[in-house]
Amino acid sequence: MARMKFLCDADRCIECNACVTACKNENEVPWGLNRRRVVTINDGQPGERSVSMACMHCTDAPCASVCPVTCIFSDADGIVLHSKDLCIGCGYCFYACPFGAPQYPRVGNFGSRGKMDKCTYCAGGGGPEAPGSSEEFKKYGSNRIAQGKLPLCAEMCSTKSLLAGDGEIIAQIYKERVIKRGYGSGAWGWTTAYHEGIAV
Amino acid sequence: MSRLFARIRFVVGALALASLITFAAPLHAQQKTPFIDPDASAVTEQKLLQQYPRIEGRILIPDQRESVLMQPAGRQWDYFHEVLLHWLGAIVIVGMVGLLAAAYFFLGPIRISAGRSGCKVARFSGFERFVHWLTATSFVVLGISGLNITFGKLLLRPLIGPDAFSAFSQIAKYAHNFTAFPFMLGILLIMGMWFKDNIPRKVDVEWLKQGGGFIKSKHAHPPAGRFNAGEKGVYWIVLGAGALVSLSGLLLLFPFYVANIPQMQFAQVVHAVVAVLFVAVILAHIYIGTLGMEGAFEAMATGEVDFNWAKEHHNLWLEEQLAKSRSTDHPQHPSAMPAE
Repeated sequence: MARMKFLCDADRCIECNACVTACKNENEVPWGLNRRRVVTINDGQPGERSVSMACMHCTDAPCASVCPVTCIFSDADGIVLHSKDLCIGCGYCFYACPFGAPQYPRVGNFGSRGKMDKCTYCAGGGGPEAPGSSEEFKKYGSNRIAQGKLPLCAEMCSTKSLLAGDGEIIAQIYKERVIKRGYGSGAWGWTTAYHEGIAV
Repeated sequence: MSRLFARIRFVVGALALASLITFAAPLHAQQKTPFIDPDASAVTEQKLLQQYPRIEGRILIPDQRESVLMQPAGRQWDYFHEVLLHWLGAIVIVGMVGLLAAAYFFLGPIRISAGRSGCKVARFSGFERFVHWLTATSFVVLGISGLNITFGKLLLRPLIGPDAFSAFSQIAKYAHNFTAFPFMLGILLIMGMWFKDNIPRKVDVEWLKQGGGFIKSKHAHPPAGRFNAGEKGVYWIVLGAGALVSLSGLLLLFPFYVANIPQMQFAQVVHAVVAVLFVAVILAHIYIGTLGMEGAFEAMATGEVDFNWAKEHHNLWLEEQLAKSRSTDHPQHPSAMPAE
């Protein structure tokens, strides 16, 4: 069984935001919500780096752990999914998420945020809706995994900075890159998300 | 002649070229050796996290809150919420219930030693009782809906199933968020109306020394004014804990107005820890006001207490009341006279 992960090679990211656009388009993410974003650190200074970030589909996902109604779960591929039928919009996953992934339709005074939305790794909802059905699409977006495809953000990354796929395979690709070019700023977020970085 | 010059020119030129190549070769090699690392001046995750607990940058999307790239503190908050808070809540609340059960079964309720006199003394006005019950009912709603957020998934969800539990939790969430306001109003009114009677006095030291008259001996009745030291303790705990849960709750109720994510995590920790301790204290307050003491509950139910109850538990207050009724020229005030 694969263990799906994301890896952003910050030495390749050119902050084109195509992953952000691809995600919004593929999943028809409503206005105001962003399942993926590109953050540029030390912008305009020597050594600035951009990192594309979404839900990292953590090992021992803290969001799933703190959810008061246990609506967040990991599927067989390690993809962290949630049920919008059970979500009560309390915002706890947002406090717990190390990557700012959970999104809500509204700012939410008096707890009126609405149902949480986040990156599904283009794997739909994993719930009672039939994979690829319009009901599933409306709630969770595209289910490319059911079609044997990887998330669109990574698939269409122009510099192949953003990698998606089995953790061991993408870690191997990243290692080879680092060895060949002689440098690498590491797999951003991996230590926090998966309890291990990539040693080269 | 010109041929000779041409030959010399050729030889000199060749020598110059040869020497150029000979000298240039190591120069070229030297240029190749220093390896340029594009990451030499670049930021790294480890360094950034050593400097500051979260990594922030610039984003192009309008929602600037998303400019935080990562905040590993989320995992620590998860540990607090799922491990520390569960243990704290379980120990404090189950411990308090156990303690109160032990008090009930081993010490037994505190009876009115002299028995009921049948004569009543007015203790709480209608307004005071209204404020008390306003605060009390909202506290119960807040307590149950709040504990549900932490313990519901362990205790209630397995019993009623995920769908019913989510529906209940959704209602509980809104109940919690809106009942907060009557509760805060109640806290403010309690603060104002009982402040004077709750200022600590000398007599409270004696009351505490005697263990409130029920820990050391059930029949000792240390002197007390309108409120004894125990009640004063509850008053100040209610004010302090009430202020803390209210302020931290307001920060969570209006996200991002004042507090960002790490501040909301902190507010939630304060809210949860204070609330759990608050619930435990109020459980004790409920016990002593109902099962634990004969004649106490009617003070908040009807507003009147038995004369002998007042004499035993609040003798100084009773004397004041009697003096007042005498001085206001109503010596035969029926509600403040003993039955004999």
